[in-house]
Amino acid sequence: MSQAQHIVIIGNGISGITCARHLRKLDSDVKITVISGESKYFFSRTALMYVYMGHMKFEHTQPYENWFWEKNRIDLIEGWVKQIDFKSKALLFTSGDSLSYDQLVIATGSKPNKFGWPGQDLANVQGLYSKQDLELMEKTTEAGVSHAVIVGGGLIGIEMAEMLAYKKISVTFLVREAGFWNNVLPKEESELVGRHIKEHHFDLRLNAELDEIIGDQNGKVKAVKTKEGELIDCQFVGLTAGVSPNIDFLKNSELDLKRGVLVDQYFRTNMPDVFAIGDCAEFREVPGKDRKNIEQVWYTGRMHGETLAYNLINKPVPYKPGVWFNSAKFLDIEYQTYGTVPADWEKDDVINFYWEHRSGKVAFRMLMDQEKKILGVNNFGFRLKHEFFDKAISQGWTGEKVMAHLSKANFDPEFYAPYINEIQKVYKEQFGGEFTPSKKSFIQKLLGARL
Amino acid sequence: MKLIQKLGLVLFLGGLLAFTIIPFLGSYQLSEEIVLSQTKEIHQESMNEILSPLYGKTYQTNFTFISEVNGKIDDYNQERKDNQQWDQVIWDDYTFPLTKASVQSPVKSQPLLFLFLSIGLVVLGGLLYNIPKHQGEPEGIKNNGIFHSKMKNRGWLGMITGTYLILFYIILYWFPAYMVNAVWMVNPLSLLLSGNPASQWFLYGFIYTLAILVMGIRMFRKYRGNKYQQLRTASVMFFQTAFAFLIPEILVLLNQPYYDFKNIWPLDYDFFYDYQISTFLSNGGVGMFMLIWGILLIIIAVPLFTYFYGKRWYCSWVCGCGGLAETVGDPYRQLSDKSLKAWNIERYLIHGVLVLAVVMTLVTIANYFSSFSFLGNVTNQLHSFYGFAIGSAFAGVVGTGFYPFMGNRVWCRFGCPLAAYLGMVQRFKSRFRITTNGGQCISCGNCSTYCEMGIDVRWYAQRGQNIVRSSCVGCGVCSAVCPRGVLKLENGPEEGRINENPILIGNDSIKVNA
Repeated sequence: MSQAQHIVIIGNGISGITCARHLRKLDSDVKITVISGESKYFFSRTALMYVYMGHMKFEHTQPYENWFWEKNRIDLIEGWVKQIDFKSKALLFTSGDSLSYDQLVIATGSKPNKFGWPGQDLANVQGLYSKQDLELMEKTTEAGVSHAVIVGGGLIGIEMAEMLAYKKISVTFLVREAGFWNNVLPKEESELVGRHIKEHHFDLRLNAELDEIIGDQNGKVKAVKTKEGELIDCQFVGLTAGVSPNIDFLKNSELDLKRGVLVDQYFRTNMPDVFAIGDCAEFREVPGKDRKNIEQVWYTGRMHGETLAYNLINKPVPYKPGVWFNSAKFLDIEYQTYGTVPADWEKDDVINFYWEHRSGKVAFRMLMDQEKKILGVNNFGFRLKHEFFDKAISQGWTGEKVMAHLSKANFDPEFYAPYINEIQKVYKEQFGGEFTPSKKSFIQKLLGARL
Repeated sequence: MKLIQKLGLVLFLGGLLAFTIIPFLGSYQLSEEIVLSQTKEIHQESMNEILSPLYGKTYQTNFTFISEVNGKIDDYNQERKDNQQWDQVIWDDYTFPLTKASVQSPVKSQPLLFLFLSIGLVVLGGLLYNIPKHQGEPEGIKNNGIFHSKMKNRGWLGMITGTYLILFYIILYWFPAYMVNAVWMVNPLSLLLSGNPASQWFLYGFIYTLAILVMGIRMFRKYRGNKYQQLRTASVMFFQTAFAFLIPEILVLLNQPYYDFKNIWPLDYDFFYDYQISTFLSNGGVGMFMLIWGILLIIIAVPLFTYFYGKRWYCSWVCGCGGLAETVGDPYRQLSDKSLKAWNIERYLIHGVLVLAVVMTLVTIANYFSSFSFLGNVTNQLHSFYGFAIGSAFAGVVGTGFYPFMGNRVWCRFGCPLAAYLGMVQRFKSRFRITTNGGQCISCGNCSTYCEMGIDVRWYAQRGQNIVRSSCVGCGVCSAVCPRGVLKLENGPEEGRINENPILIGNDSIKVNA
């Protein structure tokens, strides 16, 4: 790459920043500029809820100290891009300033979905995605809010419920589907989370759909109406029915858009020297089987960023994601998943193993194909090792082999209850197999580890 | 807050108020009998002469009494110094024993009543406040509101708490004569345990142990569902109560040297001081056992246990300073500085203290074997400097008093020479590490925020790199607060422990090392 190249990245979320860091790692000469109107310094979006709940201060969500950017010669510009002039390769800011680029990376992330509900733009009605959303939520819930309604049962919804509970605001949770997050989680897991939501005294309403948000004379929300016609008084409404690419400023430009910025497997858009990564990018063709056209998780954002950085400096390689993984925390219950575990499957194609602890808060699911090769796992309430399952799934281990080695996959802290032993035992009862379930260790016996 | 917790808070504050007022109760009256019983034989005549003008007079406050006593002794000493009569100067400090013997107060006559009204109420209130915590809530760690708290985020409550602690330590170390009433309060207990009257150190040890026990119970509540936290808290509670508090007192009762079997040089910096050595040598088999035990801890136990388990075996499972930090200090763990700059200061400071402790000890030993001839003066200077600057000011005043300002491990992180020694073993020859879980980190920052040692755990976690740091005390809280199951404290083979080229899993397009 020639010395004068100037790579400009719009958006300093995980994709944009990962791209910038890897660019610098691969090339010490390229000029890098990152633009954000949201926050000068990179912060972890996933941690916004912890700031609200007083677990952390906003500065704690910034993974790099402020000197890091100057030291690595990554220029930071605070501002909003209004328009892109693809011909003269220049960005126009809302402030009136402009900036030219040699290569442009669009990494503008998402925005909360609003499906045209009546009243969706009233005061005290909002989603939670950006730093500004957090600040708004802190302000609106400071006083005068005793009950809130959350619309949409996903990861941000349950986070928002937990946040509001910290402020002692009671929550009604409207979930359109018959189970919590059941477009992703199989029935048992969805029920497990649903039970836990109720254990935390949230009013979880399944099969309940929002009809209208009703405001008072000041334009502030005072109630919501469900499709069944029920009126629920509330002073705050959280809209958490998913997110969609944040690309409004690109509409009516020469850039090919669908739901997101359309890209090929090299993250190239239809315009020369313009790329898109992260939540705002939409692949023309899915990057792998069981993958979606738009990938909206932290981890894929990272992979997009590091792959594009490589491609901008070296001979481009196509984006090829490996074994899927993800994780979340539902109130107190941690969740991890490795490989492919859809919400539902054809009973004839897939062999299912599910174990749940009698507490109803710890669970393990493993799906296998017809040859009993592992497809993927879900685990709730205990921790499993990524490296182990990445290997087992990519190498196509049989369920039996996975079980035989399962104690190596344990990632729970020391002295925790030996769930692995129980899982192995139950698997063997159901499917047989040439392995011996692990026994409690001496220390576990000594300390009375129980299941 | 539940009603019972409010009651607990009221009792706690009432007890604290009583504890603060108690030193000011009563009056002081000196007599010839007191002076003769509290001074060494060689000083008896002169002290009697110096202090005789005070006999029979009643002083209403400790301030007037102590300043009168010290004034008389200072005048006497100044005169001798001016006349170059160095051998007649009274170097010993008799303020504490004289004041303790001269006080006449309701506390002295009814010590147990006042003990109950002060420390007793603090403990009772603390228990009533802590035990009902999180009752009726599902298991799980909640750090709710910590950075909105006036106490835990350097707010005015934290400032007051820190100031109170600092004042307490200053009085304890340098002006104990002002708290003789409080010492009288625990006198019956000391007589029961060791057969000796209480000193300010007995009072301190008693408060220290109770603080660890009450706040240890808070730990059980806060980290319920986390077996690692529960066990290590139980461990520090046990070691403080048995090893640091009860056993040494009982040894004294049995006419054996006072000895804490878990205190290790160079944290126990006076272990090789000549008076210690002669105590060991003059106490037969038991004394010899103590000397050898102490040396074995230094040369065998530290490297061996640290090799197998990391320095956590001591710092967060056994140590008294660690015990206080992990219980009383837990509400302040998030205040440690995570910056690279702080890490740089830490490395200079803690290893500087280690060098100082080692040099001081070597000089002490050389002095011992050269029969105190030419190094005597240097040794004394070094001892008094170290005792003042490190032993009292750093470890005590800063170490604990600064909990609400700089977090709960200020001493352990920046000053403790034993931590430096354990840390070197942990860094270069140990099976301990914190492993990270592939690509699961979301860089949220909970781990770094709640690391009491100021390690930027996230820096490693988001690179998929093992955390191998000399300062890590293995408290396990990073792992406990991680919302994605990324961190695990482990002992394992040395091979691959420091993974310079960590692998981020999940991207098959390219393989990047972080």
